[in-house]
Amino acid sequence: MPATYEPIATTTLSTTATTVSFTSISGAYTDLVLVANVQRATTAENPSLTLRFNSDTGTNYSMTNLLGNGSSASSSRQSTQNMMNFSYFSMASAANTFSTYILNVMSYSNSTTYKTVVGRSGDAGAGTQATVGLWRSTSAITSIIVTNDGSPTNFASGSTFTLYGIQAA
Amino acid sequence: MANTYVTIATTTVGSGGASSIDFQNIPSTYTDLLVKLSARDNRSGESVTDVLVKINNSSSNLSDRRLFGNGSGAFSDTATTGRVGVEPGPNATSNTFGNFEIYFPNYAGSNYKSYSADAVSENNATLAFTTFIAGLWSQTTAINQLTFYPAASASFVQHSTATLYGIKNT
Repeated sequence: MPATYEPIATTTLSTTATTVSFTSISGAYTDLVLVANVQRATTAENPSLTLRFNSDTGTNYSMTNLLGNGSSASSSRQSTQNMMNFSYFSMASAANTFSTYILNVMSYSNSTTYKTVVGRSGDAGAGTQATVGLWRSTSAITSIIVTNDGSPTNFASGSTFTLYGIQAA
Repeated sequence: MANTYVTIATTTVGSGGASSIDFQNIPSTYTDLLVKLSARDNRSGESVTDVLVKINNSSSNLSDRRLFGNGSGAFSDTATTGRVGVEPGPNATSNTFGNFEIYFPNYAGSNYKSYSADAVSENNATLAFTTFIAGLWSQTTAINQLTFYPAASASFVQHSTATLYGIKNT
């Protein structure tokens, strides 16, 4: 395997948090992969794991989802959103249990096309999800904000977030 | 550039077949593990069979939720057998193998171990599967062994392959 899969930055929460930021992302790679292993801090409300690019809070995001909850399969889509959501299942909250997110950001540094994300996420106690997301901007992605969708429930201590860069050549 | 995506071990099943593919003595020096598996089995009379995982040689404390499509509908179910996907068998089109990607984040940590598994078993015939699985091994022990095997006491056939990669976050 060529050494083209490189960690850009990693964060392990030492306390609860509503936001994890990856800033000043170099344009030197072809694609990005965000791997997160996340627990919610309380069961008061289920936070979503969502992405924003370049701090864009406009309604420039859309998603199409395929979701299985253990008893039925469904598909949904959301247009004109102000963030990209990868948790339409209940994020893990039980002791020692974390939900997994593997989010592939394609051709993130070009300044010609809108940006697409292919995401897989899930929790064995709640559901599994496949999502394609779109950010309608031609700007190169230089920052990724991972948020909890404004929920009063934070990401728990011990949650991990790593951003990798992949080079085509 | 840091070498953070490393081949730990790779296996190709020989002419006699194999009841399992086993990765032992996995070091704890990586952050995540990724297994890429290409497999077919010999389960008599069957087109598809589940592929299962044992962790640290245990098939206990495993649970999952699966989302799958079989060409005629989409479904979701649960199991406690350690499913990672579905592979073709003798009644599937010859020479077709299922493809799997199984990701274990924080496999050496002190929390329970979750995994994400994607698999396909396309064979240009009526019955085929695409599966997405969220799995959990409810143990805090570091993973040091992964064993993949077909359900129903079947065996992997010759030319099945599996590679274990380690990924570091620093």
